[in-house]
Amino acid sequence: MFAAIFNLNGHASYLSWHFIQVSVPNVVVIVLALVVFVVALFARFPGGHGSKGDDR
Amino acid sequence: MGYRERTRALDDAARVWKGGYRPYDLVKEASIAVGVITLLAVVLAFLFSSPDERPLTIKGWAHSDPADFVTTALSELDGTSVTASYGPPYNNASDGQHIAFIHLAKWLGVAHPINAPLDYVINPLRSIQGNSTLQQAVATYTQAPAKQQAAWTTAYGKGLAKVNDSVTGVHSLTSASYGPLPTMMDNLLTLAQYGGLDGNLLSNRQFYSTDYTKILMFLADSGFLAARAQSEHLLGTQWGMMNETGSFPGQSWLWLYTFWYQIKPFSTSANADVLVMAIMGVLSVAFILIPFIPGVRDLPRRIPVYKLIWKEHYRSS
Amino acid sequence: MSTSSGPAEERNWTVGLRKRVFGALPPEKLLPDSQPSYVASWIYVFGVLTLSSLAVIIGSGTILALKGPGWWHDSSLGHFFNSVHLWAVELFFFFMVIHLWAKYWMSAWRGGRARVWITGAVTFVIAIPCALTGYISQQNFDAQWISTQAKDAMNSVGIGAFFNLLNFGQIYGYHVFLMPAIVVALVVGHVLLVRRHGVVPPLPLDAELAALGSDPAAVTEEGN
Repeated sequence: MFAAIFNLNGHASYLSWHFIQVSVPNVVVIVLALVVFVVALFARFPGGHGSKGDDR
Repeated sequence: MGYRERTRALDDAARVWKGGYRPYDLVKEASIAVGVITLLAVVLAFLFSSPDERPLTIKGWAHSDPADFVTTALSELDGTSVTASYGPPYNNASDGQHIAFIHLAKWLGVAHPINAPLDYVINPLRSIQGNSTLQQAVATYTQAPAKQQAAWTTAYGKGLAKVNDSVTGVHSLTSASYGPLPTMMDNLLTLAQYGGLDGNLLSNRQFYSTDYTKILMFLADSGFLAARAQSEHLLGTQWGMMNETGSFPGQSWLWLYTFWYQIKPFSTSANADVLVMAIMGVLSVAFILIPFIPGVRDLPRRIPVYKLIWKEHYRSS
Repeated sequence: MSTSSGPAEERNWTVGLRKRVFGALPPEKLLPDSQPSYVASWIYVFGVLTLSSLAVIIGSGTILALKGPGWWHDSSLGHFFNSVHLWAVELFFFFMVIHLWAKYWMSAWRGGRARVWITGAVTFVIAIPCALTGYISQQNFDAQWISTQAKDAMNSVGIGAFFNLLNFGQIYGYHVFLMPAIVVALVVGHVLLVRRHGVVPPLPLDAELAALGSDPAAVTEEGN
């Protein structure tokens, strides 16, 4: 009924550099976090009225 | 301005905002955020699902890797397995890990006692009814002096190392120097293959059981569990703590924990776990107390990411 | 209701608590309809996104708990809710880390907000074993491997004596009640502290900072 559209049950690929080994899915998550952070710094925030971000 | 003065001035200047305000709707924003995240989680669930690889069983292990099963059982019997020699909280075979004179593991004692030879080999065999040859073999083994037991297990272990990995290979092990061990191990293997050990190793002092300590420790002593983990890139030496089965993202937030295990002295230390826990404890406290740590707390002013964050504010003021 | 403080009211515990609570958090501070003008960047959304992820974690986790730990292995609907739960956890850590980076670069602990940082940082630290107990409650190969691996760290510092990762019943209780209760309590405290102190004002530029030092009148001593 709820089969995944992308099957992630196969083995992951790994990036290695000296003693560092990271799975590609983890790299994707980490890089995505950095990208989202940078985009949030630079992206124009809709000014004036309307709902705005609050920080909690 | 001196360092302390400047820190004080920065702190005080941030207490009360005396500038302008803009309209804002907290409830609306929170509602939108919950909606967006719910949608995102549902979409990710539909797209990628989640991993659920069947747990290993002793039965499956004894079928697919009988020589490894018997080798592990033998190591429980002769006290050389990880569990049998672990120390606290399972037994007194060693003092457990420590830093200098701090023996926390030892001080907290044996909370989950495991008697490896009895729990994993002797008692399961004794539970098999109606096999007098087997019970005779168990009695012969348990009543023999320790030196004789060691001679049997050593000889049997050497023979076992040479057999091809199959049930018939294990059953073909016979020699007078093995004593009662072939009878015992053949029966233990059969019991395991019928699934008898899976139930036997749950801590069943009562009808209900939720404690899997004994059976998991037995599985963890095997080469079978580790081989499966290695193929999934989950070993500690493979940064496995961060990884997940399949191609799913794992616990990437554990990167710093698992990092230490990759480098010396931790990668070669018998006390690696306690050393890493101590380092992470200190670092966690430091992280929590960043507002009070000179240097670390001053970095944000020296590397001016803040000029990006508040660029609108600085432009308008 | 009396607002004067006669001698009888000074001794009244209820009045004392009411004054403290509403003094620190009057309704317009608790549920504000305005924000300081500098709160105008996408970087401010990650706190509320982390909170929302926590809400989805608790929602999906409640459904999984209602049906019991074995349900999701046999039911595709159960597996779906398990997937929502897992991805909400990934989102929670994802947004929490970005929120953390943002708050660090704002040095958001300034102006009497050290407790805001501390409650947030402790939440991060506590969320890790909260997630760990979840991975161990899965009852699959992952749980077998993670529990037998992580036990050594617990045992090495003695925690393993009373926090046994190989005891499913114990760890499941930690995961569905004890750990979430701690995380939620910390998060509630964190949010109330933010509401009390307000969002941290911008760091002064170098010129402004020099002015601060030479002009003591610009310094406000009283906290808020």
